[in-house]
Amino acid sequence: MDLWFSEFHTPHVKLSIKVDRQLYSGKSDFQQIDVFESPEFGRFLTLDGYMMLTQKDEFIYHEMLVHVPMCVHPDVRKVLVIGAGDGGVVRELSRYDTIEHIDVVEIDEEVVRIAKEYLPFTACGFDDPRVQCHFEDGLKYVRHHDNEYDLILVDSTDPFGPGEGLFTKEFYGNCFTALKEDGIMVNQNESPFYANDARAMQRAHKRIHQNFPVCKVYQAHIPTYPSGHWLFGFASKKYHPVRDMRAAAWKELGIETKYYNTNLHRGAFALPNYVQRLLEAMEELPNNDTTSTLGGKA
Amino acid sequence: MDSDFLKRQNRAPIAEALEEYTSERVVPFDVPGHKHGRGNPELTAFLGERTMTLDVNSMKPLDNLCHPVSVIKDAEELAAEAFGARAAFFMVGGTTSSVQAMVFTVAARGDKIIVPRNVHRSVIYAMVLCGAIPVYVDPGAHEQLGIALGMTLPDIENAIRKNPDAKAIFVNNPTYYGICSDLRGIVNLAHAHGMQVIVDEAHGTHLSFSDKLPVSAMEAGADMAAVSMHKSGGSLTQSSFLLVGGTGDMQTSGERTAPEISPAYVRQIINLTQTTSGSYLFLSSLDLSRKRLALHGKELFDKVIDMAEYARSEINSIGGYYAIGSELVDGKAICDFDKTKLVIHTLPVGLAGIEVYDLLRDEYDIQMEFGDFGNCLAYLSVGDRVRELERLVGALSEIRRHFGKDPLVSIPNSYIAPIVALSPQEAFYAKTEHVDFGSSVGRIAAESIMCYPPGIPVLAPGERITEEVLEYLRFAQEKGCQITGAEDSSLSTIRVVV
Repeated sequence: MDLWFSEFHTPHVKLSIKVDRQLYSGKSDFQQIDVFESPEFGRFLTLDGYMMLTQKDEFIYHEMLVHVPMCVHPDVRKVLVIGAGDGGVVRELSRYDTIEHIDVVEIDEEVVRIAKEYLPFTACGFDDPRVQCHFEDGLKYVRHHDNEYDLILVDSTDPFGPGEGLFTKEFYGNCFTALKEDGIMVNQNESPFYANDARAMQRAHKRIHQNFPVCKVYQAHIPTYPSGHWLFGFASKKYHPVRDMRAAAWKELGIETKYYNTNLHRGAFALPNYVQRLLEAMEELPNNDTTSTLGGKA
Repeated sequence: MDSDFLKRQNRAPIAEALEEYTSERVVPFDVPGHKHGRGNPELTAFLGERTMTLDVNSMKPLDNLCHPVSVIKDAEELAAEAFGARAAFFMVGGTTSSVQAMVFTVAARGDKIIVPRNVHRSVIYAMVLCGAIPVYVDPGAHEQLGIALGMTLPDIENAIRKNPDAKAIFVNNPTYYGICSDLRGIVNLAHAHGMQVIVDEAHGTHLSFSDKLPVSAMEAGADMAAVSMHKSGGSLTQSSFLLVGGTGDMQTSGERTAPEISPAYVRQIINLTQTTSGSYLFLSSLDLSRKRLALHGKELFDKVIDMAEYARSEINSIGGYYAIGSELVDGKAICDFDKTKLVIHTLPVGLAGIEVYDLLRDEYDIQMEFGDFGNCLAYLSVGDRVRELERLVGALSEIRRHFGKDPLVSIPNSYIAPIVALSPQEAFYAKTEHVDFGSSVGRIAAESIMCYPPGIPVLAPGERITEEVLEYLRFAQEKGCQITGAEDSSLSTIRVVV
């Protein structure tokens, strides 16, 4: 049988993965959810036909989203995770004993249910007793919290569909408010390579830049995402992602990782010239208003 | 709803006829000249082949908008049934054309129509065309919000007493802000005095499809209504329904002395100004939207109401903002409130409504329907989803955090009863000149001057300029009202009739 999953990365480029069988297919109130078994990538999850994670390369994404800020912030106790219904982010977070509480806000409860059934390698994160799940719109949840979190991780889908609200200026601004005075926000920041992804990447960067005093971008190589070249946003009220990293202290924790290490942490913030230019173009844009967004009333 | 009704309303005669026509692959030696899009490839690529294929002209299987005998006639009958009207007309010139047709139907040259002072300009323009004369009633204004309200029954009674020869009363149901007058009371009063009631339901399409919303014009027994199907109903921009009420049964409206309106006469009136080649894109969009509302309107608008109520409670919990709701209803100038309207009063956060409107668009990519001095309005309809409302609420809370200032208060206003010296038509065609504003007392204005807030005209063409008008305009200018309409916005000169 010649069964393949294909995703268009642009109208003229597609990635196809040979599939052994489809384990699940269903429609939630928000999206189409599918789980496949493949010879090359193991199990993988797609939402509305877009690749979310594969068993083979999910470690790269989840480690890079979590360990980078955890190596910078000296005392993370309370974490907010937006999206991440597969549990991979929580799995990485749960390796830190100092964290006291993790709130996971996922709009689609079905995703968590399906992950628990078919993706135990990521969903195992939900077993941690420090984790509390909230099934609601992330934008709404974050609006109702003020000066509460040390770290916010935005594990969003794409800037269209149910995840659209997580790429907006109001969302990032609400995150700023929900963070404590030395809080950090890390978000998946799309890809710089194909034109449409690059535009989404630029828009997200622009909006975060308008809201946070420190706003940097780092990269990782994720084979099953469009172009494989993927970016994360590091936004913070105080800490610089490289200058303030605490490499020795982090190494002492003895957390074993497959992708992340502290040398790679430094290197990940060194971006190709064309990516730097795309980002700088957004930083140079004048703010439309005369009031500094940072000088407003907190 | 009985099953026969649902079965009938499940049809869309115009859309079905178009489907049939396209499947027959008829060779077009008629207009439009793009011939199913082949003659204009760039436009076809832009709008889509399907759209171009459906852009056809009147022909035997598709009926004729001027004199419907088949599918358009059937579709109009279904629309009438869906809205509880005696007759319905498909209009392709926007609701402005429906409003014009209502005015032309009830009034000829020299006839009076009782209208609220803040009436939409399309009504006055219709009077310019047909020579009717407006009799204005003070709609009242809300002091805190700075918005115009509805006409009260005592004010209308007064207008009727002074103008027993008026032909009709014109009512907004609801206003842009969702405010409703006592429509049933107005209909009873009007009919008892031999007057007809024509209703602008540009913002009230949905009223016919929910029992949780204010009474619709047809339900209240009004004689005609102009319904903007394209606003809350989901059809294409520029498409509209004109409804004719009445059943021929006089008992429903008590001692009615006004004659019912004849649909055949309305057809003649419409044909005076409406195009003879109505767009089938508009017609089919009206047809399919009517079908959707008739079959699912109740659930759809229940959802819209729930979303609006949710957004109101979230916005009100941000602090500062006031999203207005049914608590405003006082049984007089605010007889009822359309709960689908999301009006946000912004002055308590120190920002004008128009500032919040601009910030939402420029900073947060959120386009509101409009902003005035004290408020901005989100238009909710069949196409909305909670997730976009979350964005709106999130952005409003951010705007307060970044841009909030000390609270502002609305500008007090007072109503000046206009003296109509010339009909809008006479004033429109009169010779005019500019004179010094201060020395214009006693002259007849040739331009209209409006003050925001609350958006009620102070002067309209054909009205006598009085000392009181001058004083009020100077006061409003000093207080920072936005004065619009005058050619010389500084108000040092004014255009008057020679």
